[in-house]
Amino acid sequence: MNTKNIMDAKGIERALTRIAHEIIEKNKGAEGMVILGIPTRGAYIAKRLKDILKSIEGVDLPVGAVDATLYRDDIGMKQEQPILKETDIPVSIDNRKIIIVDDVLFTGRTIRAAMNVIMDFGRPSSIQLAVLIDRGHKELPIRPDYIGKNVPTSMQEEVRVHLQEIDGIDEVVVEAE
Amino acid sequence: MRLKRKDILTIEDLAKDEIELILSTAQSFKEVSEREIKKVPTLRGRTIINLFYEASTRTRTSFEIAAKRMSADAINISASSSSVAKGETLKDTAKNLEAMNPDCIVLRHPSSGAPQVLAGFIKCSVINAGDGSHEHPSQALLDLLTVKEKLGRIDGLKIVIVGDISHSRVARSNIYGFTKLGAEVSVVAPPTMMPSGIASMGCNVKNRIEDAITDADVIMMLRIQLERHKVPLFPTVREYSRLFGLDRKKLGKAKKDIVILHPGPINRGVEIASDIADAPYSLILDQVKNGVAVRMALFYLLLGGSRE
Repeated sequence: MNTKNIMDAKGIERALTRIAHEIIEKNKGAEGMVILGIPTRGAYIAKRLKDILKSIEGVDLPVGAVDATLYRDDIGMKQEQPILKETDIPVSIDNRKIIIVDDVLFTGRTIRAAMNVIMDFGRPSSIQLAVLIDRGHKELPIRPDYIGKNVPTSMQEEVRVHLQEIDGIDEVVVEAE
Repeated sequence: MRLKRKDILTIEDLAKDEIELILSTAQSFKEVSEREIKKVPTLRGRTIINLFYEASTRTRTSFEIAAKRMSADAINISASSSSVAKGETLKDTAKNLEAMNPDCIVLRHPSSGAPQVLAGFIKCSVINAGDGSHEHPSQALLDLLTVKEKLGRIDGLKIVIVGDISHSRVARSNIYGFTKLGAEVSVVAPPTMMPSGIASMGCNVKNRIEDAITDADVIMMLRIQLERHKVPLFPTVREYSRLFGLDRKKLGKAKKDIVILHPGPINRGVEIASDIADAPYSLILDQVKNGVAVRMALFYLLLGGSRE
């Protein structure tokens, strides 16, 4: 297997810092926002974004997790049931600006499912999407508002984000067969 | 780890890691019942039939709510108001229901082994919701979840089960479940309600509740199943209650941080004193709450994979 390192710890930190600034710029501040990460790694990135936003803007935003498993469009099509992860939406999301955070954007189907989960919890004023890596091959009309890095890939490649909190190291690698 | 089974028939069949998968999945499902919209679209288009040959409020409602919260269509059939009352056999009823293409049949039946028989001749999933005095796997799973949630672990705990052991499918499933996860189970009953050879299931057999509960972490009280007694098994309910019912005096022998379980329906003042059933250390209503989550997990794990 061929492995290529495309981002190191410093690169991830810089990308997230830039995304945080872009979020503040686009929304003219961070008031009324709720950050929701998609487990597993999106939830850790969401916490990091929250911390960066706090250090820049001084606001302590609510952060949570939204697991899209139960809303997937391939339940019953795969041989095995996908493992459930945690959904934790700590505040009412009515009339709040939601930032969905994920590590890698691929087909967009997880994001579609996550938006349906969020809509069942309330009526946010808007939903925006931040991803660390956009690897292309979208199958739905979904486009991120904030991108750490665009990484054109082939279908045979896998993009893996490793985070200190769970993998013991911060890096992004592309694996090819 | 995935569950690769068509049916959930007994706890005896389940491996430790399968039980742990069901419990962790159920833990995740608890949150769904707290949402404002208590429903997820996961099992849209799936049909679940609750086929109940015995009276039930809790279990049947729990399975029905679980199915509906997963967006499956749930149909309830009770034997007293169906063609069973006209003399149809279990096999014929099941074959006819199968012709309507359900994805899962939840069966409660007075005969031990009925769900195994059913699973053998129909293609859809079968969940045992209690068969005779054999097993009641979803009850044991919700008991395990309740204890694990309150005490943080199962491994190394001491569990005491008191009551009509010989007629109790709850006791059997729980003995298997708790011992598989590393707990030590003791059973207490009058000799007439203690099945011979029960120790071969891996539990301790004790005669006096006062001796059994001194170092217990969990006490599980069982209902006296008078409807299953063909001959009287004790002189009077009052005497049973005095010797084997859980009251404040007996509970004084137990550890301070004891928790009490009861599968319901409870007979207040018979196997459990009223004030104990309502005390903060009684987890009876937590059990009911966890029952929905456990059954959602079972439906998800059985029906969430591919049909092939």
